[in-house]
Amino acid sequence: MNEFAAVARGVTKRFGRTLALDDVGIEIRAGESHALVGRNGAGKSTLVSVLTGMQAPDAGEVTFFGEPAPPVADSAAWRRHVACVYQKSTVVPELSVAENLFINRQDLGGGLISWKKLRSEASSLLETYDVAVRPDALVSTLTVEQRQLVEIARALSIGSRFVILDEPTAQLDGPAIERLFDRMRSLQDRGVTFLFISHHLQEVYEVCQTVTVYRDARHIVTAAVAEMSKPDLIEAMTGEAGGLNVPSGDGRPSSAEEVLTVASLSGDHFSDISLSATRGEVIGLAGSASSGKHEFAETVYGLRKPSLGTISVNGAAVRGGDVPAALRAGIGCVPRDRHHQGLVLDLSIAENATMSTAGAFVWPSAQRAAGGTAIASYDVKAAGPDQPVSDLSGGNQQKVVMARALAGDPSVLVLINPTAGVDVKSKESLLGVVDAQARRGKAAIVVSDELDDLRVCDRVLVLFHGQVVKEFSRGWRDQELISAIEGMSTE
Amino acid sequence: MTKAMTPPVAATAPSEKQKFRLARYQDLALVPVIILLLVVGAVLSPIFLTPNNLIAVLTQQSELSLLVLGQAMILIVGKMDLSLESTVGLAPALAVALIIPSSAGGLDVGLAAWLALPLCVLIGVAIGGLNGFLILKVGLSGFMVTLGMLTMLRGLQLAITEGKSLIDVPESFLYLGSTTWLGLPAAVWICIVCYAVGIFVLKYLRAGRSLYAIGGNSEAARAAGIRVDRVVWIVLIIGSVLAVIAGILMTGRLGSVAATQGEGMIFQVFAAAVIGGISLNGGKGTLFGALSGVLMLGLVEQILRLQGVSGFYIKASYGAVIILALIVTRFATGQKQE
Repeated sequence: MNEFAAVARGVTKRFGRTLALDDVGIEIRAGESHALVGRNGAGKSTLVSVLTGMQAPDAGEVTFFGEPAPPVADSAAWRRHVACVYQKSTVVPELSVAENLFINRQDLGGGLISWKKLRSEASSLLETYDVAVRPDALVSTLTVEQRQLVEIARALSIGSRFVILDEPTAQLDGPAIERLFDRMRSLQDRGVTFLFISHHLQEVYEVCQTVTVYRDARHIVTAAVAEMSKPDLIEAMTGEAGGLNVPSGDGRPSSAEEVLTVASLSGDHFSDISLSATRGEVIGLAGSASSGKHEFAETVYGLRKPSLGTISVNGAAVRGGDVPAALRAGIGCVPRDRHHQGLVLDLSIAENATMSTAGAFVWPSAQRAAGGTAIASYDVKAAGPDQPVSDLSGGNQQKVVMARALAGDPSVLVLINPTAGVDVKSKESLLGVVDAQARRGKAAIVVSDELDDLRVCDRVLVLFHGQVVKEFSRGWRDQELISAIEGMSTE
Repeated sequence: MTKAMTPPVAATAPSEKQKFRLARYQDLALVPVIILLLVVGAVLSPIFLTPNNLIAVLTQQSELSLLVLGQAMILIVGKMDLSLESTVGLAPALAVALIIPSSAGGLDVGLAAWLALPLCVLIGVAIGGLNGFLILKVGLSGFMVTLGMLTMLRGLQLAITEGKSLIDVPESFLYLGSTTWLGLPAAVWICIVCYAVGIFVLKYLRAGRSLYAIGGNSEAARAAGIRVDRVVWIVLIIGSVLAVIAGILMTGRLGSVAATQGEGMIFQVFAAAVIGGISLNGGKGTLFGALSGVLMLGLVEQILRLQGVSGFYIKASYGAVIILALIVTRFATGQKQE
């Protein structure tokens, strides 16, 4: 057996005039978990598509366990060498788990499909990899976590011993991430190799042995994780020394003037939550995915109807369950998922940024000017305000969502996962915007599990099963906050 | 990493800009094709470029173009309405039947003749409103609801008229269908005005832009404060009213309401919209594009007609022409159709 599960050498890939990969390489040792990190647009995605045979490189070679990679046309051969679990699902939601596991080989070599045999093969496969899912369950009924496990099991059953995980943790909550990592470690013991892609550097330290950094389509460094400090890693990713520079919100002026008052609000998955935010105050809401924090924030913005309780802004009550009313009252929102709720991908930056605020008449020149202002104020890397947001990287798309939330100069900001799936630099600038807006007197609610996001907050409320169970003022320790989020009491 | 294949943005600025400029003129993609058709027509037939012939093309296409206008807006907002072609027949038939006596094939209700136009519009609002209610409030499949409505409305017209044509058509219909203003038929002027208003609204009014937002991503539109259901409902109603106007013009032009008025038009409506760059998946396309799709179809049909294609073959050739037009458009615009 060759020492390396996968090797790419001298890979160059162009898209038109754009150089997506510039003579890069990667060597992934068999049996290790190898992290690939870099900012959005560093070339990670392109490398994944080259390593999975979805695109042929313009130059360079790929080998698996010393064997040259099959031609791009032979996708079956590729699947025996490498499997990739994308952030987007590659299973068919309306088919059963069993059928998905053996998709396009449902006959199990017999010519006719024996559903009984298919189910039993599936359940023994699920058992082998310890996936607690019924083989006849529809994939659409699974959680993200279960769905990923099914995809991993399918990959391994095809014979691949090398699995690429492309941001697998982006949609998982804390305990699910831990379970995924445990599983990665146990599969590693059984000889499976992982290439792990994540924006969360902490995860790299937790689960990987080697890390490779790409920047601007080039290979920057490959090193043992143990020998690379976090500031060094960030420096390699950004090309700037200094590490992540998240504003802490220290020294932000405080005020007694109440802007947002939520009184005993109940709704989907949360009940009887009261809070008030003053001018310039940033409140963090943390909790697991089932804690009700998202639902609470969406109710404040009117995306969901409250069953009880009131929301008021500057003393005036806001009609519940009515987004236009919330906007008029001065609430701006970055919704939970930018692809699902945040953006209309085919429309331009200018149009997306002004969607909530345009008057009855939309003058293209004025809209373009507003788009240009948004690009400049929120540091969006784009060709111009007419560019469709689908062309932008994740971080820049998120800045456009932020621009839209702020376009009406609201007095209250509701930010749900404001830095999800964005790279460090974008994260810095997005959190910088939150801090700057708070300094200008806005009140903000930041819903997030990410400690970096919560650091900008003046206080953090932890929700558990729809109730506020703990409140932390600034200066909390990571460990206490995390255990409160997981529902473990530290007292 | 959600956009697996997207190259880095910073480095792409120049090429993006170029792609951009092209995209801006996507609207005009069919103009060269239309010019080419004019040239081909002129070469094949000496009378093709005469004002009379061109006006005839415009007049013939006026009714179709109103349906396409309505359907294009409905498609942009992410829905579809198959029942438009039945509305073209039912609305004038019902309105006329409510006015004329049973001796002329009416219902003996005997409403005043001046009510004909307002009645028609009211019927259109009711049909569009009902479609909207069933799709948005009851939550039925838009395709099935409007397919059912297509059959039901056609059947209703047959039941009311007992399958006969109504020839006792009110003066107001005849006037709109036959008069000319400043040398162009009124029908053509009405289309020009409707398209001008539509193009303006979809480009310069917030309400118009919301159609694209809803069709592109209705969840995002909702999160941006757009009242999605209300807008979709209004668009469905406008679509039906435009179909009613098309029906009035057709009735006036032909001097009667045939039991089959509008039958089979929905295929051409979709063809013109898709040729004109409207996506069947919503959120994409412009009304100017849709209009050029209508003109392109009209010119091709007129060329065939002037070439004296035999009556037995004309239907087959129309079908073939539409598929050909889709192929031409696919390569003229360089975009896959959805």
